[in-house]
Amino acid sequence: MNKPVVSRSMMGRIRLYQVLLLVAMIVLWHFLVKLGVLPKFFFGEPVKVFANMFNWFATGEIWPHLGITLLETLLAFFVGLALGVVVGLWLGLSNTAALLLDPYIKALNAMPRVILGPIFVVWFGLGIWSKVMLGVTLVFCIVFFNVFQGVREVSPNILASARMLGASSRQLLRTVYLPSATSWVFSSLHTSVGMAFVGAVVGEYLGSARGVGYLILQAEAVFDVSAVFAGIIVLTIFALLLDWCVTLIEKRLLIWRP
Amino acid sequence: MSEHTASAAPALALYDITCTFGNYTAVANTSLTVADGEFVSVVGPTGCGKSTLLNIAAGLLAPTSGRVEVHGAPLVGLNARAGYMFQADALMPWRTALGNVMAGLEYHGVPEAESKRRANEWLERVGLGGHGHRYPHQLSGGMRKRTALAQTLILDPKILLMDEPFSALDIQTRQLMENELLELWLANRKSVVFITHDLEEAISLSDRVVVLSAGPATHPLSDFVIDLPRPRDVSEIRLTQRFLELHQQIWNTMRDEVLKAYSINRMAP
Repeated sequence: MNKPVVSRSMMGRIRLYQVLLLVAMIVLWHFLVKLGVLPKFFFGEPVKVFANMFNWFATGEIWPHLGITLLETLLAFFVGLALGVVVGLWLGLSNTAALLLDPYIKALNAMPRVILGPIFVVWFGLGIWSKVMLGVTLVFCIVFFNVFQGVREVSPNILASARMLGASSRQLLRTVYLPSATSWVFSSLHTSVGMAFVGAVVGEYLGSARGVGYLILQAEAVFDVSAVFAGIIVLTIFALLLDWCVTLIEKRLLIWRP
Repeated sequence: MSEHTASAAPALALYDITCTFGNYTAVANTSLTVADGEFVSVVGPTGCGKSTLLNIAAGLLAPTSGRVEVHGAPLVGLNARAGYMFQADALMPWRTALGNVMAGLEYHGVPEAESKRRANEWLERVGLGGHGHRYPHQLSGGMRKRTALAQTLILDPKILLMDEPFSALDIQTRQLMENELLELWLANRKSVVFITHDLEEAISLSDRVVVLSAGPATHPLSDFVIDLPRPRDVSEIRLTQRFLELHQQIWNTMRDEVLKAYSINRMAP
């Protein structure tokens, strides 16, 4: 109900400045490269970058690559999410299991998980599954820790109250633990979507025949910096789109939050 | 106490309860009985283990020793005849007021249409008709308390356990809520255990006031019958001669304990 007090006209102005800032950065980039302040070889040229992007979409060359990367991202996201919720609920509710697995969870959390990439390539080959599994690992950890935390931090008052109202342990799970964990999960989903993308793209770097990561890798191999930048920008735009979808779902599901 | 002690066994009886946490004794050798339909307030200085006592009566906490009986039968597990109103907010923030009031019926397998109808009736009864669609964060403190009250009463518990339910409210809202509670209680007399540290609240609401000693090892010091006429208006009754006499009398017992609790708290780091 109580949104921060920003008037509609002020919000419009801020949006305008945001666009202007973007344009200014691109123009700055353009002139710095044109005037030779930044070497063209390392920084590319904005005009070429956009021409490259336009080309990709005009010829449709990008779609199979983008499709693969998005498929990997979405698979990684949903599988990681499901696993994270289930394991998080289980460990959150079972003290024994949580105590037993505590050091392993800590290790899993501390480990730079991207290093699992090479192993996954060996295990799952060069197809999409090595990328999906890398993404799943990344997403799982984030979701898992949030659900675990969410379950542990359910207000003892709400729990006791639900029990006094006659909730069975199943009903407690459904009406107290899950909704409480949901808000924690959602706060992690934005990071998770990003991580699913990281898994897909890093996986593609490590060895693949398709995907935006592969495109970037190919461009890098022939020192086509403009194509590298084009790939980065395309990925960023689609990551933003996914993030926006998460926001939309979040708004629908978490209307109860102040 | 009153004409409501007709049935043989008390609605709620705690016998010789001791409750320790590690080597800290919260409650020691406490007995407390509440007759059917009786409104009992338990007062005592802050931190004296009043909530512990209530949790034991609710079956949320097992006493270290002693026994609890509900209508003559020993209490096993949760007290299914009791409704519990907590001091802090215990509404589910992800449910609307209506959803919260419905929760108990839902847990008991009442069909949704019927729970909805009954929950709306209760919202109406506590003065929240038309506010059912709101989420707890959209309700004021008083409205949240009313929702919690409806949530508890919809299951028609025989025993009502209340842990300083109104302590977070401002004084006007609080007196309104106290009057509404009394009205609901007069219409359907339940056995009430009302925990509070506010002696005036205790006297104005109750049939009987039990004074607890300062913690640790809290135990009841004495027991006062409140013979004020009903129905009462909590703000008016405070001005009557008899109220002031009772207040004086109970306060004389309580004062030393409050001072004791104060000095303990002050010594604590």
